[in-house]
Amino acid sequence: MNLEDLIHHTGEWLRGTGPNSNIVMSSRIRLARNIEKVPFPSRASKEVLIEILHAIEEAISQIDYFKDSTLYRMSDLDNIDKQFLVERHLMSHEHASHTDGKALLISKEEVLSVMVNEEDHMRIQVMQSGFNLEKTWKIINAIDDKLSKKLRFAFSSNWGYLTACPTNTGTAMRGSVMLHLPALVMTKQINKVLSAIAKLSFASRGFYGEGTQAKGNIYQISNQVSLGHSEEDILQNINGLIRQVIEQEEQARQALLLQNKHMLADKIFRSLGVLKNAHIISSQETIELLSMVRMGIDLGIIDSIDRQVINTLFIMIQPAHLQKIEGKRLTVSARDVKRASVIREKLGGF
Amino acid sequence: MICDVCGKKKATVHLTEIVDEQMSELHLCEDCARQKSVQMEQQFGLADLLAGLSDFGKQVKNYEKIKLLCGTCGLNYNDFKKVGRLGCSECYPSFKDNLSTLLKKIHGSNRHLGKTPLTRSKSTKQKMETMIDLKERLQGAIAREDFEQAAELRDKIHSLEKKKEKKE
Ligand SMILES: [Zn+2]
Ligand SMILES: [Zn+2]
Repeated sequence: MNLEDLIHHTGEWLRGTGPNSNIVMSSRIRLARNIEKVPFPSRASKEVLIEILHAIEEAISQIDYFKDSTLYRMSDLDNIDKQFLVERHLMSHEHASHTDGKALLISKEEVLSVMVNEEDHMRIQVMQSGFNLEKTWKIINAIDDKLSKKLRFAFSSNWGYLTACPTNTGTAMRGSVMLHLPALVMTKQINKVLSAIAKLSFASRGFYGEGTQAKGNIYQISNQVSLGHSEEDILQNINGLIRQVIEQEEQARQALLLQNKHMLADKIFRSLGVLKNAHIISSQETIELLSMVRMGIDLGIIDSIDRQVINTLFIMIQPAHLQKIEGKRLTVSARDVKRASVIREKLGGF
Repeated sequence: MICDVCGKKKATVHLTEIVDEQMSELHLCEDCARQKSVQMEQQFGLADLLAGLSDFGKQVKNYEKIKLLCGTCGLNYNDFKKVGRLGCSECYPSFKDNLSTLLKKIHGSNRHLGKTPLTRSKSTKQKMETMIDLKERLQGAIAREDFEQAAELRDKIHSLEKKKEKKE
């Protein structure tokens, strides 16, 4: 599989289907795993890092689940390629620098990705569309079991899986759910909700990377605690919290509809109008307008556009994606032009 | 610059927030910054814990007396407190008592209740260690100008690599 093949492809987690997909974009679980007694990546020499990568590649080659996956060595990729993978939520920003022995494995539908030699030897990630941590856990748990037969993981019966950072020790699991919460933002209740989440030891952050906290009204909520509870318990706690947030968002949406349906419809259709007609558009403006259109679809105010198209646009309008589509480097102002044309094409504008 | 939260007032407080593995910048007006501070306090509380800033004074004194060191990767506990990252899985038994307290502070528990690896296969790790070990010994031999041993080690590495290629 070529990186170029991914450009126009919609990953499983962006399908816009699955439980509560009117509010929940996707569910994700990440497991950190290390090989016993071998230095963690930050303290390993280049040679050791390459040996670790070989050992992991060998283990993976013996597991059926990885048959359709592709492994990319970070040292083979240029900066736009690496940024492109970060934008697709397949790897972290940190994984793009100091490339020695680093690799990324991606499954065909982008359900599974594995970062090799990031902070830990392996960061395994599984994503599903909609609110579906149970299914996500089933998939990643099975993969982890298979890997644990091939690699000797660093594990202690007292402390569980041993990780480079003690905040991950134990289950070494981070479950997170990505939510679109425009009504809570519009009704100014979002800060109340976020501070309640923080008090319960859960973390919330935005959809896009650095400096773009919570653009597009999209929030990711995940567990902070990884030790002292089983994986299932942690996921159930997240589920309980997410269900409450979903309910709050539903109520806020109904309140907005009741208060002034015309004003809401006006805002939504003007957003769609700009997206369909603009010839120059910044990413920030795009993200805000996409959020409005997505809410329009969720509320049944717009029925001519598939949610998947909007989800895909959230990803495609980012800098590295635009440059991959164009096939060359673009300046900021050239990107604003390209972005507008990609959006018009996707939405059938003028 | 306008406040990221309310989008109305002028942002005068600029924060860099690190949650999970993502860093983000936050520009806030004074009112929103105050609201945010409850949330931030919790996150900074954790960072302080990790960096050992909260008991920095005490630690510097104690450090002279106790030099806790991991025999496998060579990390000492004081360096861990600076970077917040351990060096290898053997750091855990090496810093057992300190980590037990730290884990309890972070997670509210120091007892794993989750899953266990299925089988503990030895082969991969041992193969890997042998290779790393051989390469290190080879470099040592070259440095010592012990060419006889270097040649021997090189042959061993070649034969191991050939075996691996065959399998692939
Ligand atoms: Zn403000
Ligand atoms: Zn160590």
